[in-house]
Amino acid sequence: MSNAGTILDIQGPIVTARLPAARTGEQVKLGALGLMGEVIARDEDCAVVQVYENTEGLRPGEPAVAMGQPLSVELGPGLLGGIFDGLQRPLEAMLALTGERIERGLMIPALARDKRWAFAPAENLHIGEQIKGGAILGSVPENPSMAHRILIPPGISGELIDLVQAGDYTVDDVIARVRDAQGQIHKLRLASYWPVRKPRPFQGRDHAIQPLITGQRIMDTFFPLLKGGKGAIPGPFGAGKTVLQQQIARWSDAHIVIYVGCGERGNELTDVLDSFPKLTDPRSGRPLMERTLLVANTSNMPVVAREVSVYVGMTIAEYFRDQGLDVVMVADSTSRWAEALREVAGRLGQMPVEEGYPAYLGSTLAAFYERAGRVETLNGDHGSVTLIGAVSPPGGDFSEPVTSHTKDIIQTFWALSKDLADARHYPAVDWLESFSLFVDTAARWWHENVDEDWLLLRNRALRLLTEAEELNRIVNLVGVEALSGQQRWTLESAKLIREGLLQQSALEPKDSFCSPQKQFMLLKLMLDIHARGADMLTLGMPVRELLRLPLLAEARRWKITFSSDEMKSLEQEAVKIVPVFDALRAEYASPSASKDQAEDEFRAQISMGTGTP
Amino acid sequence: MKALEYRTAAWARGGLLAMRNTPDVALGDRVAVLDHLGKRRSGQVIRTSGELVLIQVLEGTDNLDLERTWVRFLDQPFELTLAPEMMGRVFNGVGQPRDGRPPIVSRLSRNVNGASINPAARAYPREFIQTGISTIDGMNTLVRGQKLPIFSGSGLPHNRLAAQIVRQARLLHREATTDVAATNQEFALVFAAMGVSHSDARYFEESFEQSGVLGQVVTFINLADDPPIERLILPRVALTCAEYLAFDLDKHVLVVMTDMTYYAEALREIATAKGDVPSRKGFPGYLYSDLAEIYERAGRIRGKEGSITLIPVVSMPSDDITHPVPDLTGYITEGQIVLSRELAAAGIQPPVAVLPSLSRLMKDGIGEGMTREDHARVASQLFASYAKAQEVRSLAAIIGAEELSEEDNRYLQFAQAFETRFVGQGETEDRSIFDTLDLAWEVLSLLPREVLTRLSEKDLDARYRPAVSTQ
Repeated sequence: MSNAGTILDIQGPIVTARLPAARTGEQVKLGALGLMGEVIARDEDCAVVQVYENTEGLRPGEPAVAMGQPLSVELGPGLLGGIFDGLQRPLEAMLALTGERIERGLMIPALARDKRWAFAPAENLHIGEQIKGGAILGSVPENPSMAHRILIPPGISGELIDLVQAGDYTVDDVIARVRDAQGQIHKLRLASYWPVRKPRPFQGRDHAIQPLITGQRIMDTFFPLLKGGKGAIPGPFGAGKTVLQQQIARWSDAHIVIYVGCGERGNELTDVLDSFPKLTDPRSGRPLMERTLLVANTSNMPVVAREVSVYVGMTIAEYFRDQGLDVVMVADSTSRWAEALREVAGRLGQMPVEEGYPAYLGSTLAAFYERAGRVETLNGDHGSVTLIGAVSPPGGDFSEPVTSHTKDIIQTFWALSKDLADARHYPAVDWLESFSLFVDTAARWWHENVDEDWLLLRNRALRLLTEAEELNRIVNLVGVEALSGQQRWTLESAKLIREGLLQQSALEPKDSFCSPQKQFMLLKLMLDIHARGADMLTLGMPVRELLRLPLLAEARRWKITFSSDEMKSLEQEAVKIVPVFDALRAEYASPSASKDQAEDEFRAQISMGTGTP
Repeated sequence: MKALEYRTAAWARGGLLAMRNTPDVALGDRVAVLDHLGKRRSGQVIRTSGELVLIQVLEGTDNLDLERTWVRFLDQPFELTLAPEMMGRVFNGVGQPRDGRPPIVSRLSRNVNGASINPAARAYPREFIQTGISTIDGMNTLVRGQKLPIFSGSGLPHNRLAAQIVRQARLLHREATTDVAATNQEFALVFAAMGVSHSDARYFEESFEQSGVLGQVVTFINLADDPPIERLILPRVALTCAEYLAFDLDKHVLVVMTDMTYYAEALREIATAKGDVPSRKGFPGYLYSDLAEIYERAGRIRGKEGSITLIPVVSMPSDDITHPVPDLTGYITEGQIVLSRELAAAGIQPPVAVLPSLSRLMKDGIGEGMTREDHARVASQLFASYAKAQEVRSLAAIIGAEELSEEDNRYLQFAQAFETRFVGQGETEDRSIFDTLDLAWEVLSLLPREVLTRLSEKDLDARYRPAVSTQ
């Protein structure tokens, strides 16, 4: 049957064409402009096509050609440091080719064709050997931080007929040939292709065991996410989702970060494009862009390409995972993706269920998030994809469909609060609404690598914050004077934790990233101040005196005064806590508490005439 | 295909006209509709197939009869003719003159839908625009190429605020070195009015006239009693003009669009007539994409002199910030200026509610070399202290001001001074950023030094000046 047909009907991004041989999911080229689209439904001899580009100017009667394959991404060396649109077209190359506006019908391959890469074949491979998908053919030093492994694409197996010598090759050069069981010969190149909507295979799923260190205290210390986990950041506009996502992209201890800007602001992406190349990875000291890849589909780009962009990002993430790497994929925002689904469903006249969303919203979201995880790869290595999705609930209402479905799927939930953001408490992660199902697993890591008291102290701090929240409710009714001394001290300590620990400035160079050691140290010190203060109150010290301690203001500035590399200085500074409280203890302790010291102090007080009676 | 006329109207309702048995018409093409009185209306193809072509008639479908209506397919997309002579002129929603002068003649015309800017081609906006309004300059700074909407409610003075911004906006560092004529040459204003009343339209006109910018203004206007469907094309026409002025003629263009809620309502009207599946409050699911197509045309482009700064006015029905139009707008724009009914009632002008207001691009447009070194910390401290003062206020409302602690009372004084002196400045006062920051220090100095934790010790030493207690 013919793969060519004609366009019948055009309605926004949805085009119906007579294409009797097209399969759903297949790519279709439309009209004189050659707009690309994908078949989403078949109806008798017609195909319903969603078009990735603006369909203006398309008319009925123009040709439609089925391309024979689903939408695929190109995978190979040269991806890292790149910025692509939702269809994996390189934006920099497009800029050079067509100027500042994106022209329609332009297909540019993702990888540069003329660039030569230094390929070194794997030493343990022998000609004639039986190999299968996932096996390592060799590697290419893509940049100084990244040795890009070239794998046999999944699905191909057989006898290795030949493999090139070490040397410089383009992505199109054949580097190996494999004869499969049917005798068919597959030519392997540095670049390979994979359909975006099909998860890449692996041997088995693994338990996630290690927390993703983001350097953000509210995340790492209070609501950890594991490598291979699924997290969501919901929040109304202006709550700081994007800044937080960018912080994760900057500071996460992952090998590869894939940032998908899905239906977001053009200027924000420009900010990322401007600032990331100037940043260095705090661990390797190399430019951050060497491990970063951006997929940018701004809100004014066509809606169908937006729907596709998250799959493009995820497929690339899986490709790096299969090389045995830890990948973080950040999707900002999944709501825009869901809205793209809704828009297409609406145009198809599908029955809406909640707020106009189609019935398959929940299952589509779940299937997508399920592509995250820590796996044993086809070659027996371990790799992970951690997925962090921003959610933009309309009106900040967390009960709306996208947020509530997402909440069911993910394991770590960082809820952003408008109230906190209004008071410029950033990151505006609400410690009462947020949750993490990974605390116990993360605790194992913290106990081994940082301190055995981590879980204890983390829970204690969280309890203090919760208690303070209840006390605040009382204060709002009857005023702070109605509280007991201990209660007021609890409020003050919670405030100290909020301002000295939870608040973290993305702009302060010393505060933007906080190492686990510094996080724990600050947590411990804040709780120490609280405990010692509470002791003083039992000794009869008036709470007003305690609230006036200059130490409280100093402790709030520790986070910005000492960087993660200045732990020694922070420790020295923290030692000051002890004499401050010892002096107070001496002042207020009853004679029986510590005989010698108290007696001395007692005498001193008497001689000064200021002693307690 | 030749431009041919057809008389095969199938139905007409709610601004839509359906045609049968037409040739293959391209999506988005412009259409001329000739009614039985011989009056010409313009339309655009929004759905096309061999059997049926759906036309959105910009002047509406009132008084159309199916038998005697002729439709002419012009076989060209919706384009706007562009020329420098547009400056100082007034047009309707489709770019035809409204001021009784002849139409623009030029070889250059562009598709009003524009094409998306490649994100890699954008330049990040970071040039501070001084609006002379403390709440904006000091706390929600506007930069060139930003899109910063004004969220308002019925009866609130959003138009006055927009007009004040237009009158006072200037670049800080150009002021001293460049004379007024030169500044004027690179400045242009595109004013897009959708569904506004005659009196509002006149207010803007007079305001532009007074400030002597009338020659730099291009006005596109669709009044409250004009056909609502025309509002769908008007912002696109206006932005096509703005892009021409900014990226062809190297001007810094400020676009004021009022009121985007009326635009969205027109979109809802057509969507309902088309039978689109409604999402929230009856608005179609593509409202976000549609608004983004408009707002995202603001910005700067690498290697180009000009810029487009966009100030849309969005009125919030029943003051509801979660209403779909302000809500989706907030997700697209780089912040928002929110007006407050309470402040307006207290006679404070402009009544900017600073806590829900935000400028996302502020951080890169302020500080040393751009405004003043302490700017970011002062703004952060004002936000924090005013938020705290609001808590104290609600507490005072319950337990009475007498029961408050000494510190809380100082917060109340601060809030009072902040609102009347910092926020309140009237329509004519044009404050420099330095005056704004000095004023901020004056009101912050009403608070005890210990609570000003967002300021550095150095700032406090240099600028904290508590008033000598009179008690």
